[in-house]
Amino acid sequence: MNTVIQLQDIHKTYHTGEVDVHAVRGVSLEVSQGEFVALMGASGSGKSTMMNIIGCLDRPTGGKYLLDGIDVSQLDRDELADIRNQKIGFVFQGFNLLSRTSALENVELPMLYARQRRAGPSQRERALKALDAVGLADRADHKPNQLSGGQQQRVAIARALSNDPSLLLADEPTGNLDTRTSADIMGVFQKLNDQGMTLVMVTHELDVAQYTKRMVVMRDGKVVSDTPVAKRLIAETELRRLQEEQKAAQLAY
Amino acid sequence: MRYFVILKVAFRALRRNKLRTALTMLGIIIGVGAVIAMVGIGNGAKAQVQARIAALGQNVIMVFSGSVNRGGVFTGFGGAGTLTVEDALAMEKEVPGVSAVSPEVRSGAQIMAGNNNWSTSVMGEGVGYLTIRQWDLEDGAMFTDADVRAAAKVCVLGKTTADKLFPEDDPVGKTIRIKNVPMKVLGVLKAKGASMFGSDQDDTILVPYTTGMKRFAGVTTLRSINVQAATAEQMTEVQNGIAELLRQRHRIQPGRDDDFLMRNQQEIAEAMSATTEVMTALLAAIASVSLLVGGIGIMNIMLVSVTERTREIGIRMAVGARGRDILLQFLIEAVALSSTGGVLGILSGVGGAKLITMIKNWPTLVSPQSIIIAFAFSAAVGVFFGFYPARKASQLDPIDALRYE
Repeated sequence: MNTVIQLQDIHKTYHTGEVDVHAVRGVSLEVSQGEFVALMGASGSGKSTMMNIIGCLDRPTGGKYLLDGIDVSQLDRDELADIRNQKIGFVFQGFNLLSRTSALENVELPMLYARQRRAGPSQRERALKALDAVGLADRADHKPNQLSGGQQQRVAIARALSNDPSLLLADEPTGNLDTRTSADIMGVFQKLNDQGMTLVMVTHELDVAQYTKRMVVMRDGKVVSDTPVAKRLIAETELRRLQEEQKAAQLAY
Repeated sequence: MRYFVILKVAFRALRRNKLRTALTMLGIIIGVGAVIAMVGIGNGAKAQVQARIAALGQNVIMVFSGSVNRGGVFTGFGGAGTLTVEDALAMEKEVPGVSAVSPEVRSGAQIMAGNNNWSTSVMGEGVGYLTIRQWDLEDGAMFTDADVRAAAKVCVLGKTTADKLFPEDDPVGKTIRIKNVPMKVLGVLKAKGASMFGSDQDDTILVPYTTGMKRFAGVTTLRSINVQAATAEQMTEVQNGIAELLRQRHRIQPGRDDDFLMRNQQEIAEAMSATTEVMTALLAAIASVSLLVGGIGIMNIMLVSVTERTREIGIRMAVGARGRDILLQFLIEAVALSSTGGVLGILSGVGGAKLITMIKNWPTLVSPQSIIIAFAFSAAVGVFFGFYPARKASQLDPIDALRYE
């Protein structure tokens, strides 16, 4: 198996005023291709900082980070931007779609910033394919405000996939969604994972983490546990169960 | 990122907030429009002055009889009465670079033609006068050297005089009476309009200077001599030649003042052009201030826009936009704003200049150069005032930008 993420003794210290804040104190972690990892922890545990470092939005102050075999801990702003563009797909809690911009154009956004134009199908075709993969091909012309929360998150996932990244990084992707829609989105992730995509998801909800394959828990800037998920939830089964519960509730009235 | 895409994104952003875009553009529209219209007015005035100066003739030197001091009493210019026909003929023969000479005498007279009469100035001139003044005939012919030698009773009418004396018929071939002397009309001059001092140049009658001296002015000396230099470069040389010749002919001792005086139309032209140029520069400077204010408006709105769209910038950076991509996006937005305003400003400036011409009857001249400069300047305003906000956007931290609410 290829190693996608290789973190070696990562440190991150913020200099705010007179006090140095050690957000991350020596994290070592490896994630192989095809894994589905939940990065968990309470707020202040350093998981968001880790997320920013893994996502190449920020650089560690100490340690080494290899992404797809490339040492990204010493790259400058522009080089990090290119890495984000080519290797990483982001899914955020607040969806972060461009408003008043169609779903299709949102999906095309990472392609606009690609340094090398790709051979093969056109930008538009690839964007449509990505939308199709999340089941929204028929909503391509809709603006974000014409879509439900779950649909918006699907568009965001399609956008994350548009440059064929090696890693999909999700930051509390279900934080703004209800249980049913959450299960729905986790289903999309599980499907992608089945197809071989590597996923890292930051969350503080244990039930959402149950859909992944591996749970990494952080506390005070350190990894305190790293275990495989024992009773893994399958989104399809959960959705069916939720539907039946709903029906039962309606019958009870 | 391809430029076409950036342009598309910029225009979409501008369309998103139409009222704000329009108001920001208005600053540039007014600025550019004012510059175009003001420079148009200035250039129009300059062109008019130049046309009037050109109407005086090309490379013309006017030699006047000077002032003399007779026992402590100064006469005015022309009072010396020292210029003679011989002086004029000597100039034509002896001064190099002289292409035409016309001796001039003037007298006012009441002129009669049939039942009509008109008072105007009778100008005794040489045959070369029309060449010197670049004045064409509308009808008929100029008098000839033979007429001058014979002091013939012939004349050529200015357009105004011709219209006053012969409201209905063709004057050529008719006879008019000047101070009771019957004179045959040989031709009518084309209209030349007002001189730059405001007098009607067409209100005149030309007669051979010999006729003028003998029959009307009753003088033996000339009022002035009109001299034309062959080229503009020879003006100084000709002027010096004339001065030397006249001092010698009038036996003026070295160290004594000239008894004549020279004027050339270049001097007048330069003074007049300088005045209109100062006026144009002043108008343009005032108008430029409004362009500057328009630019500041763009900077202000771009700064607001960067703040409002911090999250968008964060998203773009997260998916791989480099700082330069963001810089370019906002810069192009500012330039699109200012140059669109520039184009509209040019249109309104040209329209405004036309309107001023229509309403106020001022001549305006909008040159292609001023349009090109105005457009380039408005684009430059966009770059200059858009750069700081764009740079600010490009230097945002993606993490902070994404978190911005």
